[in-house]
Amino acid sequence: MADFLSLHDAVQRNLHDGDMVAFEGFTHLIPHAAAHEAIRQGITDLTLLRMTPDIIYDQMIGMGLARKVIFSYAGNPGVGLLRRMRDAIEHSYPRGIETVEHSHSAMAQAYEAGASGLPCAVFRGYKGAGLKEVNPDIKSVICPFTGEELAAIPSHRPDVTFIHAQKASEKGDVLIEGIIGVQKEAALAAKRVVVTVEEVVPSFKGLHPNLTILPHWTIDAVAVVPGGAHPSYTYGYYARDNAAYLEWDKISADREAFSAWMEANVLNAGPEVFVQRVEALR
Amino acid sequence: MTNFTPTEMMTIAAARALSNDDVCFVGIGAPSAACNVARLTHAPDITLIYESGTIGTAPEVLPLSIGDGELCETALCTVSVPEMFRYWLMGGRISIGFLGAAQLDRFGNINTTVIGDYTHPKVRLPGGGGAPEIATSCGEIFITLKQAPRSMVNTIDFFTSFGHGEGGDHRQRLGITTKGPTLLITDLAIWRPDPETKEFTVRSLHKGVTRQQVQDNCGWPVRFAASVEETPEPTELELGTLRDLQARTAAAHRGDAR
Repeated sequence: MADFLSLHDAVQRNLHDGDMVAFEGFTHLIPHAAAHEAIRQGITDLTLLRMTPDIIYDQMIGMGLARKVIFSYAGNPGVGLLRRMRDAIEHSYPRGIETVEHSHSAMAQAYEAGASGLPCAVFRGYKGAGLKEVNPDIKSVICPFTGEELAAIPSHRPDVTFIHAQKASEKGDVLIEGIIGVQKEAALAAKRVVVTVEEVVPSFKGLHPNLTILPHWTIDAVAVVPGGAHPSYTYGYYARDNAAYLEWDKISADREAFSAWMEANVLNAGPEVFVQRVEALR
Repeated sequence: MTNFTPTEMMTIAAARALSNDDVCFVGIGAPSAACNVARLTHAPDITLIYESGTIGTAPEVLPLSIGDGELCETALCTVSVPEMFRYWLMGGRISIGFLGAAQLDRFGNINTTVIGDYTHPKVRLPGGGGAPEIATSCGEIFITLKQAPRSMVNTIDFFTSFGHGEGGDHRQRLGITTKGPTLLITDLAIWRPDPETKEFTVRSLHKGVTRQQVQDNCGWPVRFAASVEETPEPTELELGTLRDLQARTAAAHRGDAR
């Protein structure tokens, strides 16, 4: 059942040292405010699960929260590389991280298998791909009907998934529209689910009946954080801050510039700053 | 038009390869520019698909990322990412996959994962994203990149996505039923695989480009077709469309630095 909590309490109750955690959102609706709260609480030894680690995991990795990262595209979308993640992989700074690398197709289908309660995902993929040689989780099965060899990987079953959404109802039902990504699957695959939302409305009556909805009984905590996806975006509320993604390339290129930025904008800030950050993007 | 850059020629030559009936899975960067120039000129009904789940999208400006809001707002429909990869890509509904590359070999194998050893890389690149399955599930693959000896190499450091492997019938031997790379468009030339060996062979040189220039900017000994044509230079419409698109895009992405 969904509890309406402050972001601080939602994170503290649901995310613990050593957890496997997914902060999902495919370019759209990335739960940045929740990740900043995890950084402030100093939660550590996490296994981070996410298709595109993006700025959100670059920050968590750079602050030393991660022990392991499971991913499929370690880029700053449209800009280039993730420099804090690279520093961890190439120079073990601030600590070494274990990496498990998949394709997007594999990651998406592993969430879907997790949401379905299946032990593994089976699909046509990885043919001729080098990842098979370096990721021991990529195996194959033979179709019992046709004899076709198919790829198989373990399903994703995170301890907790964080997502950001447009709206929650007063009961805690959750609505997402626009690019819906893999959030429904990532949420239903997890043991616990925390959702940050732009706003709470009395009910979803009168809205389009097919908008992606997670019923309140699939969710553990809802926290209202307007602007909580910045610098990614929330369809219908504010645009992607492309300039901030370009700017991140410079900030993350230098260890000291990164530390100073995190100190000023995360450690010494709170979730209330997000609403100001999206003001000019509405 | 006589006044154009090699990159503009590359984008326009790539755009010309697409037709109105194609269903195209669009990689970000150079492929995205080419696909949208095609849509804005000779192929208004082309279906462009981005891996964020947007189908039949028609962006006014080029997206910075594959998931910009613009792609969803202008799309015919938007599906979830698992559905995109299962029903649309794996289901065989996409005719062309259009990819870029950090490293490419003569058989169209692509590396966007690491420079150097995988476990101790010299440079950790972003990785494959959707490319490993795009390369094997789309009907055929077009590749576009700027030529340089460090990007067109004898041996790639990592097989992010499979082209023709060692050449010949390597795809069939792995049970892959799609065509793989059928076209390579660079800033200097248009290449197609040899029908037997599958090695990329120069079919057309862009205006003013010499064979020596193509060789100087390629890490393997270049093969030229028996008859090499000259790529028609960009028309006023093509060049104007590309430049307008890029100007709109630059203005939209500049935003205000916060």
